[in-house]
Amino acid sequence: MNANGITAAVGEPRPRVEGRLKVTGSAAYVADVPMPDLAHGWMVTATVSRGRIRDIDATDALAMPGVLGVLDHRNARRLNPDAAHHFGPDRGLPMLQDDAVPYAGRPIALVVARTPEQARAAASALRVTYDAEPHDTEFSMNHPAARPASTLFGPEADTGDLEAELAVSTVVVDEVYRTPEENHSAMEPHVATAWWEDGHLYALDSNQGPFSISQVMAMLFFIDRDRVHIRAEHVGGGFGAKTICGAQIILAAMAAEHFRRPVRVALTRRQVFLAIGSRPPTEQRVRIGAGADGRLRAVHHHAAFALSPLAEYIEWCTEQARTLYAAPAIRTELSAVPLDRLPPCTMRGPGATPGSFAFESAVDEVAERLRIDPLRLRLLNQPAASPVSGRPWSTRRLITCLEEGARRFGWAQRDPRPRLRREGNLLVGTGVAAAAFVAGVFPASATIAAETDGTFSVRVGASDIGTGARTALIAVAADALGVSTERIRLHIGDSDLGPNPGAGGSRGTTSCAFAVTEAAKALREKLDDPARPVTVTVDTTPLINWRPAEERNTYSAVFAEVTVDPATGEVRVRRLLGMFAVGRVINPLLARSQLIGGMIGGLSMALHEESVRDPITGRLVTADFAGYHISAHADVPNVEADFVADYEPQDPSGFNGLGEIGNAGVAAAIANAVWHATGTRHRTLPISLGRVVETAAPRDRQEAISAV
Amino acid sequence: MTDDTRSDISLRVNDATYQLAVDNRRTLLDALRDDLSLTGTKKGCDHGQCGACTVLLDGDRVVSCLTLAVVADGADVTTIEGLAGGGELRPIQEAFIRLDGFQCGFCTPGQICSAVGMLAEHAAGWPSAVTRDDSPERTPELSEEEVRERMSGNLCRCGAYPSIVRAILETSVREAVSK
Amino acid sequence: MREFAYQRTTQIRDALSSVARHDGARFLAGGTNLVDLMKAGVESPARLVDIRSLALGGISESPDGGLVLGATATNSAVAADPLVRRRYPALSQAILAGASGQLRNMATVGGNLLQRTRCAYFADPSEPCNKRAPGSGCSALGGAHHNHAILGWTEHCVATHPSDMAVPLTAFDAVVRYETLDGPGEVPLSEFYLPVGDRPDRETALPDRALITAVVVPAAEVAGKSRYRKVRERASYAFATVSVAAALDVQDGVVRDVRLALGGVASRPWRARLAESALRGGPVTAERISAAADLEVAAAEPLRDNGYKVTLARNLIEAVLTDLAASSGAASGGAAGNGAAGAGEESDG
Repeated sequence: MNANGITAAVGEPRPRVEGRLKVTGSAAYVADVPMPDLAHGWMVTATVSRGRIRDIDATDALAMPGVLGVLDHRNARRLNPDAAHHFGPDRGLPMLQDDAVPYAGRPIALVVARTPEQARAAASALRVTYDAEPHDTEFSMNHPAARPASTLFGPEADTGDLEAELAVSTVVVDEVYRTPEENHSAMEPHVATAWWEDGHLYALDSNQGPFSISQVMAMLFFIDRDRVHIRAEHVGGGFGAKTICGAQIILAAMAAEHFRRPVRVALTRRQVFLAIGSRPPTEQRVRIGAGADGRLRAVHHHAAFALSPLAEYIEWCTEQARTLYAAPAIRTELSAVPLDRLPPCTMRGPGATPGSFAFESAVDEVAERLRIDPLRLRLLNQPAASPVSGRPWSTRRLITCLEEGARRFGWAQRDPRPRLRREGNLLVGTGVAAAAFVAGVFPASATIAAETDGTFSVRVGASDIGTGARTALIAVAADALGVSTERIRLHIGDSDLGPNPGAGGSRGTTSCAFAVTEAAKALREKLDDPARPVTVTVDTTPLINWRPAEERNTYSAVFAEVTVDPATGEVRVRRLLGMFAVGRVINPLLARSQLIGGMIGGLSMALHEESVRDPITGRLVTADFAGYHISAHADVPNVEADFVADYEPQDPSGFNGLGEIGNAGVAAAIANAVWHATGTRHRTLPISLGRVVETAAPRDRQEAISAV
Repeated sequence: MTDDTRSDISLRVNDATYQLAVDNRRTLLDALRDDLSLTGTKKGCDHGQCGACTVLLDGDRVVSCLTLAVVADGADVTTIEGLAGGGELRPIQEAFIRLDGFQCGFCTPGQICSAVGMLAEHAAGWPSAVTRDDSPERTPELSEEEVRERMSGNLCRCGAYPSIVRAILETSVREAVSK
Repeated sequence: MREFAYQRTTQIRDALSSVARHDGARFLAGGTNLVDLMKAGVESPARLVDIRSLALGGISESPDGGLVLGATATNSAVAADPLVRRRYPALSQAILAGASGQLRNMATVGGNLLQRTRCAYFADPSEPCNKRAPGSGCSALGGAHHNHAILGWTEHCVATHPSDMAVPLTAFDAVVRYETLDGPGEVPLSEFYLPVGDRPDRETALPDRALITAVVVPAAEVAGKSRYRKVRERASYAFATVSVAAALDVQDGVVRDVRLALGGVASRPWRARLAESALRGGPVTAERISAAADLEVAAAEPLRDNGYKVTLARNLIEAVLTDLAASSGAASGGAAGNGAAGAGEESDG
């Protein structure tokens, strides 16, 4: 309770402020907002993996009822070829500019009609012919085009004498791990409604950061950023797929200009799969050497991922190797393999999630070969400071996560030998994995106005894609202003609200909370000023310490119990427990939900998810929810997530983001549990039926029948 | 082109009757959203593969994306907007809020409509794929496993499944007690 | 989706003559597959004749103790029907293992039998596919065919039939009844689906523009002890990788009758007659079950990337039969006789 007798809101488990809207169907997502005189654009995508468009014959399409026109490279307006996004120039952004087809699924035309049905019918009447060229979509880390990845995130690690340490190690694990291309599959397909007015572009767009999208759109359309106004009040999930400036808004803006009326482009689910970037496939070689005492001596993690030559991208898989354990020699390498594929896009727990599957599986293999309990091995190698930079940790409660998780999970009773636990026809196993995810803040601005009615209008360009940012920031603002949450009027999801990083990198809420806290501080100093309303704006850019003395991460320990039917290959996760160190928690109810959701994403990745490309054409074959399986209700047990007491000293309020850490670590924990159940190590995800089913008939079934 | 590609239909939605002239291609989902401005029902895949568009059609849960509007002519439709009569939330809606049975909220209307339909199916004694004693004499107990199986047609990518199941079970127990 | 006319009919005769009169007319029932394929551009009927108002939704007992499932009875209604659950538990289980609650409330018996393959190449008009565009080639043969056929395929098509319901119906010797303008007819389900041959676009023996009116399931005592087991890439709401419908009647340790069919392995539900013959009339032992399973899959010809389905099919046959044998053993060891002796003998000719 503060001096005014108001209970602190931060730390309280409060339901979502928009809960009532969401359970009554009244929350307005982009496609729910009506628009007079709206036309509908239907995107058409390339069906070859590489080549040139020979012709687009729109004769039939243009003659169909309701059709307003077709946009393609021959009549579309010019866009800025040098527009850039997260990782620098992105040649994929300018669409409909030429006849080149750089990947299958590339948007090549937009059919615009009065109704969506008319637009769809006309789109299927468009006759597109290609001059196909040989393509290369087959990913491997040994691909001749493999090159060092961008070092935008800093140099890779290289400490100690790796080969010498490996040479004196008692055991050396040297294995290759693979994760497939994966799709975010947010339930709301990408959609935008755009219109122009007096040289200003307005758009409702399902994205994770209206401000950054407005920057890209301004560049693309050669206009000032303050002439671009993008809103995204409610967003139906993102998981990274809506951090990009998607085809839907680019095409909607082009068409709205061309046809001089508002245009909505709603991608179909299939188009989201085909034209919105996904997590790239990875191939990762991990070498770990350890002494008989269980001390790691050498860690070498070389990860490769696929990308497109159109844009730079980083799937930073090597983070775990440089953070989780102490070792005298640590080397990480990251390779990028440019292919004729859809440009990738960060997906929940980027880098860390596929990276931790490889690295924490390898660590488990070290424990297996040393016959050491894998939990003990992990505890044994905890570093006092960063094993690569030598810098101290700002806070690191990983040991507590591992120990407390082990206690709750009942780890002490576990027999470490594989394939011993049976229940009827099922094999049962348990596994553990640790994970870290780099934390921090990005610059953000917030404006707070003390209104004459005693309320406070808080304006911050945050996105709530289901993270709970709206609810969390109200709590943060209330506490910072020393008032009850009822007096806070929060406005988010609008590029006009000032610079903001959006929801991404586990930094959205933390960055916005920082700005809100600082703005509140500044406002309180002015509140004696008799004139109301009083307004202050704070941008945190100058307040951020870009070179902190300590390394800042969030941490998790994940424990999984699985059952495996070796006769059918069916793997089911029976228990899943995550212990998390994520700084001070703003709202435990929502934070727990977000972490559990991340863990379920990890479960889904471990067992089901795989984008499959045709080996001959390179085209995506699994472009729907019948082909691309994400976990359904029946796959998901009672997942448990909890926090250890933690406080982030680098943040003025002790916060850290937790959007990604829920994902990372889960796939490895499950894979390790499957090994414990079956004795077979699965180094390729997903752990699907065909990889698990065993030829030998299970003895238990034979015993059952002989009892008849 | 010709008039027989359009139809005049009558839909009774959330206790109000609407007369509509629809393109025969229009799905019930699009008619609800675009013609009646009932945008609570969501389009997640448009192919019956996600359940976000679930509504109750003459009391049964169906996917409105694969139901043509013209096929629903004369039918009684309940959407998420019709569940909270008179502004009062149903216990299931209240439980979704309190137990945090959603994050982004996009699949939520479908989950809730599906849950309402599913509870009625269960009350009618229908078995599910995980009902062990599937003899018709017994109504299966609504366990967590039963709810999960029966709700599997509603995907949630945020991973709110555990709290959705909790909200449904809590509601079913409360409704059973209140009867 | 191209524009189409729509009409609702209440008389079978009207429905038949409308489809006969209009080129490109199709019957519409639950629409879960047809509307889906229309959106994908795979189907483009000029007219839909809605048959759900026809009096074909009933589920009734036939005079011989079998069942008559009306063509427009929903999957949900069939699965929940007490007679189905008591006499043909595998049929109820198979339906419940398919799709979702919402889709089962829409889908019908007739539509279920006529649903098209879920091969991704079939569903994508920009891909060659002999089933959709005869003569264009089979993309799956050398493409992504992880979940395609291992039995009965030809180089013209390697797609599988997606139905769960049809698998136990095949095992139970169901018969499809239909109406045409020239009168009624029927075809056993075992002959309903045509072999793939070189025309995978020709899928069924149903006469052109005929309307399925019912599926008749003959009485069979063995069906009362039946089970359906489906394996797929997630726990629910996914098409089968491999499924097995099995029924086993064991008296005094000897197999009196056995029925076995597989789903997910061929262009049609695969009646496992080799395994049935190997088991029928002999003692039920682990070795014989194992040998029967081996025998049935010996003819399998896996594609480059789906060899695991052979193992899976073999193991699943073994697992389901073993479970049935174990439970029938337990039953006869308990309440002796089980009130079934002597009734409803089935010849296995």
